[in-house]
Amino acid sequence: MMELLSLSTVTPKSWQSYVALALILAAVLLWPIFAEPATSDIGSFSFVLLFLLVAIGADGFPPKPAAGVLFVGAHGAVLILLAMLLGNEGAARPPFYLLMAAAWLLAWRCIALLSGLQPAARWAQILLRLVIPAIFGLWLLIFWEAITRGAGIPFILLPPPSAVGARIANSLPILAADVQQTIFKAALAGYAMGCAAGFVTAILADRFLFLRRGLMPIGNMVSALPIIGVAPIMVMWFGFGWESKAAVVVIMTFFPMLVNTVAGLAASGHMERDLMRTYASSYWQTLFKLRLPAAAPFIFNALKINSTLALIGAIVAEFFGTPVVGMGFRISTEVGRMNIDMVWAEIAVAALAGSVFYGVVALFERAATFWHPSVRGG
Amino acid sequence: MKLRPSVQQDDFMNTAVVSASGLSLTFQTNDGPVNALSDVDLTIGKGEFVSFIGPSGCGKTTFLRVIADLEKPTAGSILVNGMMPEQAREARAYGYVFQAAALLPWRTIEKNVALPLEVMGMSQSEQRARVSRTLDMVNLTGFEKKYPWQLSGGMQQRASIARALAFDADLLLMDEPFGALDEIVRDHLNKQLLELWARTDKTICFVTHSIPEAVYLSTRIVVMSPRPGRVTDVIESNLPRERPLHIRETPQFLEIAHRVRDGLRAGHSYED
Repeated sequence: MMELLSLSTVTPKSWQSYVALALILAAVLLWPIFAEPATSDIGSFSFVLLFLLVAIGADGFPPKPAAGVLFVGAHGAVLILLAMLLGNEGAARPPFYLLMAAAWLLAWRCIALLSGLQPAARWAQILLRLVIPAIFGLWLLIFWEAITRGAGIPFILLPPPSAVGARIANSLPILAADVQQTIFKAALAGYAMGCAAGFVTAILADRFLFLRRGLMPIGNMVSALPIIGVAPIMVMWFGFGWESKAAVVVIMTFFPMLVNTVAGLAASGHMERDLMRTYASSYWQTLFKLRLPAAAPFIFNALKINSTLALIGAIVAEFFGTPVVGMGFRISTEVGRMNIDMVWAEIAVAALAGSVFYGVVALFERAATFWHPSVRGG
Repeated sequence: MKLRPSVQQDDFMNTAVVSASGLSLTFQTNDGPVNALSDVDLTIGKGEFVSFIGPSGCGKTTFLRVIADLEKPTAGSILVNGMMPEQAREARAYGYVFQAAALLPWRTIEKNVALPLEVMGMSQSEQRARVSRTLDMVNLTGFEKKYPWQLSGGMQQRASIARALAFDADLLLMDEPFGALDEIVRDHLNKQLLELWARTDKTICFVTHSIPEAVYLSTRIVVMSPRPGRVTDVIESNLPRERPLHIRETPQFLEIAHRVRDGLRAGHSYED
């Protein structure tokens, strides 16, 4: 052990490294790491220590190499620790968690170093922007895996992410069919119709005063309709197919678009409107050349809000009657059959799809509102 | 220069670009009525450069907005190019330059200048020709593809002047266009504006807070005072049309500035 410690000829620079060092010492003193000493493999254990200590030693290097070694050391150690769990489910003792915590601290130090980097190259900036949140997300999964398997948490309560991953890999055709039914048919169709209807209504409400006075309060009420109550009625009206789910999504997405567009149409300045008036510009010319472009940030806000609402609406609406396909259907039936890993698989797919949906809308937003101070930065 | 109804008035109106008589405008506010304009008589002839000067609330901007049909007078009459202001606005009789540049941030400079031309339905080639001509007039050639937020405040205001010039209205209404700019940029733009006026023979109505600016630019200075907003004096300038910047140190210039200041004092503009 002492030879390994002497590897760290460069002194660490951060409190994370010192605490990690203390945690490693405690783990060694509290040996063994699993309840059965026979299964606590000394060889693997030494490799874990090696990785961690090399990482601690590298903490004194300049930021870039230090971050690299810390990354490899912390994650290599974790990988071995998780591998050692095989056959030892539910038998982890405190040293196991102490070593996990030490690795986590070193990963923290790695992220801190990465966050401080200011690379000149554009690709490196983009890479950094992706890598830092990716490490964060990775550690969420690592802890989830370590705790569920280390403490032997019942599968029904919370399956480890590795089991969910395996389930996703084994059920790709089912998941693809569910995504096709729920997202590509119900959610997207409802999203398009709801957003379009909200937008057109906002224009009409802007054009005709009586609509603004009469329609806005009713629109407000529609938005307050509980989706749980509306969904079964939509199923009665539009049948079990995706159409009834799209109808629920239309109801959910209509109002955010209406309110945001109405607010956006009021966003152009007095001076700009006076300017259009001095040109004797018609209502529609002013609308298309001034007021709608000025409303774009508001409209995109609604599109982003609605992208997540559409997904929620389509999934929840399937709880109330559906053909035997769809993400909401799968979740409700697999819960009943205690196939919790399948439920988590659907949740993971929904989260991924929702993020992609949101991300695509946000990309369009950046392209369309490049001129807005929030996008151009200043 | 106050114009009283007379036999010659009809003849005079034919050459007058703006003629107002007994013009009043009262805003109804929560604190009661505010007399923004009270019984204003004024005639502006073709090719004049008229400055309106006075403290805040004297109605100089309101008068400009009445000419532009952005406000409706509550009493009196006003004709712009011999028409009601609304008809004049619909005939695109004037270009208006606001206190801020009010350029649309999603349009490039050339697209901003082309905005009124688009609204008026001009052909693409006509638009291109006019944009390049007017941008050249305000010395902004080379900045066509820039966005407004990439330019300095002075350049933005020049682009907004180009936009007001692009459709060749004979009347230019300018509401404190250089108020937000620093003195050096302001001097520079004043000089350019005078050159532009000399070249194009437009009629310009110019609202300002600054006595030197008013005297430097104008052929006639209308001094206004607040509560109620009214015209207290109209001062003819006898400065030559050719005005280098250093004309502002000549006794002639200072004499006119002095009269403007007297006019402001007579209208109680220096009291609280």
